[in-house]
Amino acid sequence: MNKYVWCALILLGLLAPFVVYPIFMMKLLCFALFASAFNLLLGYTGLLSFGHAAFFGGASYVTGYLVKNSGLTPELGVLGGTLFAALLGYIVGSLAIRRQGIYFAMVTLALAQIVYFVALKAPFTGGEDGLQGIPRGDLFGLINLGHVYHVGGSPLGLNLYYFVFVMFCLGFWVIHRTIHSPFGQVLKAIRENEPRAVSLGYKVDRFKLIAFVISASLAGMAGSLKSLVFQLASLTDVSWHTSGEVVLMTLLGGVGTVLGPLAGAFTVVTLQSELSSVGSWITVIIGSIFVICVLLFRRGFIGELGRLLKRSL
Amino acid sequence: MDISFQMVMSQVMLGLNNGVFYAILSLGLAVIFGLLNIVNFAHGALYMLGAYVALLGFTSLGPLLGMPDFHLNYWAALIVSPLVVGAFGIVVERTMLRRLYKFDHLYGLLLTFGLALIIQGVFTNFFNVSGDPYEAKPEILNGVVNLGFMMFPKYRLWVIVVSLLVCFGTWYVIERTKLGSYLRAGTENPELVKAFGVNVPLMITLTYGYGVALAAFAGVLAAPIYSVSPVMGSEMIITVFAVVVIGGMGSIMGSIVTGLLLGMVEGFTKVVYAPASSTVIFLIMVIVLLVKPAGLFGKES
Repeated sequence: MNKYVWCALILLGLLAPFVVYPIFMMKLLCFALFASAFNLLLGYTGLLSFGHAAFFGGASYVTGYLVKNSGLTPELGVLGGTLFAALLGYIVGSLAIRRQGIYFAMVTLALAQIVYFVALKAPFTGGEDGLQGIPRGDLFGLINLGHVYHVGGSPLGLNLYYFVFVMFCLGFWVIHRTIHSPFGQVLKAIRENEPRAVSLGYKVDRFKLIAFVISASLAGMAGSLKSLVFQLASLTDVSWHTSGEVVLMTLLGGVGTVLGPLAGAFTVVTLQSELSSVGSWITVIIGSIFVICVLLFRRGFIGELGRLLKRSL
Repeated sequence: MDISFQMVMSQVMLGLNNGVFYAILSLGLAVIFGLLNIVNFAHGALYMLGAYVALLGFTSLGPLLGMPDFHLNYWAALIVSPLVVGAFGIVVERTMLRRLYKFDHLYGLLLTFGLALIIQGVFTNFFNVSGDPYEAKPEILNGVVNLGFMMFPKYRLWVIVVSLLVCFGTWYVIERTKLGSYLRAGTENPELVKAFGVNVPLMITLTYGYGVALAAFAGVLAAPIYSVSPVMGSEMIITVFAVVVIGGMGSIMGSIVTGLLLGMVEGFTKVVYAPASSTVIFLIMVIVLLVKPAGLFGKES
């Protein structure tokens, strides 16, 4: 994609909080990063993880605990959450890559369930309540992330928004660089034809594991940011519903496209906030979108658009 | 803590009771996976659906038909519920799954995941998440039996016996009869079997129908033991996935045996260290992945 598109997107991101409710925008950015990290695995390595909520939710608990109970500054909290997700990703990844295809999905789902049980039972996670009232704190001990500006009469938490936006851009840049590096080319080779990649001499398992750890870390970063935005780390974040949601976002936007996960996250997050009045019917709607998407447009929005424009987006 | 023989045995027997559910469900997954190459994520939801068909048949069918005295009894539910859910499965296979065979297997998983969400979502809207009791347990299955070493609820014993019969019956049909040989041949090479004049698409449809009917059957058996709730399936399916990873889906007998054993191990863990009992199957999965990545009965390279 050319640089004008990127500049336009960044400008859009910078101006968005003045137009859209900032909390909504931040939720969107967190889930967009989460879906993009997931897409690195599904779209570019061909691995379907059904347990990514473990990294997203696990990191959000760790960040919440570090900031709330250990009194760390938010950037250290996010760093801690991300490192935790990386470590967890290393463990889950090493186990899961021992099986292929459909089994890989089941193994990741089952391992994520262990993390769910820990979050439910461990003494430091708050059980059913989760961690509530996580403080936003002072970035580097200097900038108050909880500060609210009054622009034209409406309160805007711009400090937090721009912190989340910068972290999002950082994460997205890492994914972009990974995809377009020689390393990323090997990942695509594995996706297209694993036996051939093996016979070319690539240590496929090591590549898969590194991709898994990168994906898990960034999913964790998204979860860490989410816990600062909502001041909450809850069981929903580690449940299989969240793992399914991120699959849907990626699928809906377009697996293996750079912009797809952003479009998918935008659609799903918007649907959730617009349809919050229908209560648990939202599960039925999400399920129906899954079915329709799998049956009718497996390439997703951006994938289909890219096919029409005859270029990769 | 003094661990008596009786205490261990009673928990292991209760574990076996869970184990037969794992066995029936993982057997159904294995049968479906063998022929359709699809991991049926909706299996848990259909197990739940089976329990609800029994529950609603007992409580609401009569009034709905204008016959307030009519209740679908337990024995009828054991037949009707698998038929209803099996028919539902056949419709799903004909209208949706069929379109996906030529694509990556992952799409089958995703589609059935979507179906599971729809089914669970609908029931969550109409029913209590904490569950409703199914009160149609027949008189004859009330009470306990003396097993010599312990007293055991009659109903649970019935569940274990009938489940084992169904499991080994299925194994017998698939491994020892002519119909089963068609199925196994279809698993190996559908094109060749088609060339011999066997109606493979029909076989696939019926296989899916049978697999999900098994799930519904397990759901009816479970209804009097656990309360019938919209989330009973999703809790079950993740455990059953771990069972399937441990056993491997390549072998029918493998999935039955693994299901039974893991149920008993889970029961045993309840005696030794209760908090670990909800995760022990997942931990065993981790150990199996480390020691024998292909699974205990797996043929995967």
